[in-house]
Amino acid sequence: MHELSIALSILALAEDESKRRGGARVEAIYLKIGVLSGVAKAALLSVFQLATERSEYETCRLVIEDIPISGYCSKCQSEKPIHSLQCLQCTNCGNAISEVLHGRELELSALELV
Amino acid sequence: MSSTPRIVEVRQNILKRNDEVARELRQRFQQAGVYVVSLVSSPGSGKTTFLEKTLTLLAHQYRTAVLVGDLATNNDAARLARSHVPVRQITTGTLCHLEAAMVESALEEWSLTDLDLLFVENVGNLVCPASYDLGENLRVVLFSVTEGEDKPLKYPPILHSADMAIVTKIDLSQAATFDGDTFYRNLRAVRPGMTVMEVSAKTGKGMYQWLNYITAILGPTQGQVFGPEGRK
Repeated sequence: MHELSIALSILALAEDESKRRGGARVEAIYLKIGVLSGVAKAALLSVFQLATERSEYETCRLVIEDIPISGYCSKCQSEKPIHSLQCLQCTNCGNAISEVLHGRELELSALELV
Repeated sequence: MSSTPRIVEVRQNILKRNDEVARELRQRFQQAGVYVVSLVSSPGSGKTTFLEKTLTLLAHQYRTAVLVGDLATNNDAARLARSHVPVRQITTGTLCHLEAAMVESALEEWSLTDLDLLFVENVGNLVCPASYDLGENLRVVLFSVTEGEDKPLKYPPILHSADMAIVTKIDLSQAATFDGDTFYRNLRAVRPGMTVMEVSAKTGKGMYQWLNYITAILGPTQGQVFGPEGRK
């Protein structure tokens, strides 16, 4: 359960970015979280609420985009979606995928400032 | 003053600070010529016993040291210190994983150029360590036969964060009715092509394969200049 560490890192990053932009109030934080990042969305949402209670971030929304896993398929010779985390095969041809291209994201993609 | 919300693109890694420290560490390790191996597994899968055996067999050949993460006790550090290599404990308190900054501060006052090999034993946890780069060259995930065959299916992120897997306690395979075929099928489904070794740190079975692996990366004698192969 390291989502609290993650939530605090998100807040620190958001604070830095808002300061760099003249201390604008952060209305929403947009994240991209890959299914392979090791971060559980539900846990993150609930600890974020706890971490921001009675702070200036109390009303700040956390908007999470789930990033599915995809990889390079050597047979199709292009990036393809992968069947599932438990079955790393190309959804197009069934080839085993050893090079993951997306799904590891743990990114603060944007901020909504007022 | 406008109160219309505006969206600004940030595109920053949430663990940017950790990644920066990890990158600096990796650079320092490379400059000092020290190869860093980290171990991750669930609690009780045999990291410390595996490391003890490894130290017994390798420490006369390479200048070796160990950092060991633990929530509350120094039991593991005390066990590892019996191998007569420098051991430093990182007590994480309530934190369930090591972060790069903890490794960095644990290394203070250690001269890295006096080392060839550094092991970092993470806190027993198959979830959280997956997100944190520690600056290591090789991350090994351990699974014991007593944990059953479906562990790889349950923890894909840690498998993807590791470079290789080691199956421990193989002397107990029969007693644990461990089905190797199913385990390998599961592991290959999650991480096709991953290097896997089987060991029993208790009986020594399979340890040679692991030692050869490390020796091949570090070179056979102390103080040798290592080639780039095997390094990240």
